[in-house]
Amino acid sequence: MSGVPMEHGLALAAMLFALGLAGLMFRRNMVFVLMSLEIMLNAAGLAFIVAGAAWQQPEGQAMFLLVITLAAAEASVGLALLIQLQHRFKTLDIDAASRMRG
Amino acid sequence: MEIAFYLSGLVAVLATLGVITNPNPVHGVLYLIVSLLAVAMVFFSLGAPFAGALEIIVYAGAIMVLFVFVVMMLNLGQAAVAQERAWLSPRTWLGPTLLAAALLLTLIGALWRGDSGMLVQGDVLSAKQVGTILFGPWLLVVELGALLLLAALVTASHVGRQPGSDSKTGKEAL
Repeated sequence: MSGVPMEHGLALAAMLFALGLAGLMFRRNMVFVLMSLEIMLNAAGLAFIVAGAAWQQPEGQAMFLLVITLAAAEASVGLALLIQLQHRFKTLDIDAASRMRG
Repeated sequence: MEIAFYLSGLVAVLATLGVITNPNPVHGVLYLIVSLLAVAMVFFSLGAPFAGALEIIVYAGAIMVLFVFVVMMLNLGQAAVAQERAWLSPRTWLGPTLLAAALLLTLIGALWRGDSGMLVQGDVLSAKQVGTILFGPWLLVVELGALLLLAALVTASHVGRQPGSDSKTGKEAL
């Protein structure tokens, strides 16, 4: 019987998620912070696809469609904030905007 | 199918490692595109061609092009790369990496002990089945997704506009 064990697919998703989380924590450039968020959302979508393929149910792909919608919305708002950050502080350092009345 | 899965999984992990360690934003975006294409290959090998095509069109096509446009618009030079290099000292990345590694070990340990024994055979789940789910019982969720995209459109066009471009009032609203 040939096939990929479901654990291997989920382990790949966990690896991508952990890499994205590490990038999110140690990068200060906001471009990379947003890219790490994309990686983490993509890993969550991968877990849905693997589970859907293992049970042979189409709900996994339907949930992936919703995850991709969320990622698109998050990217557009995040990039708009990034442009504002660059415009106001002339830097991409996310710590520059750590005070509330910046 | 197995070879395609493991090879593209390896490519995805290596390219993601390239994203989070690269000091140059443009190189980071390109690495992320490679990673997303590799994940799309994983989807094709698992028998989800609709999701794989969406991954290429929406993620690698639309979202990443948006990132490339923004990075081009910011016009970052060599000074930004040098600044990134200065920020990427071992003192900075060691702690977060250890925390992420602990989380990864926990997840893998849970998967290993779970031992569901399920095998992904790679039988194709077609777009027709997905569409039947989406536009049948999940219709409300699709409409919520559309609403989310509309809200994101309004938010992005409000937050992203440059001060001074509002010619009517000439005032900064933000």
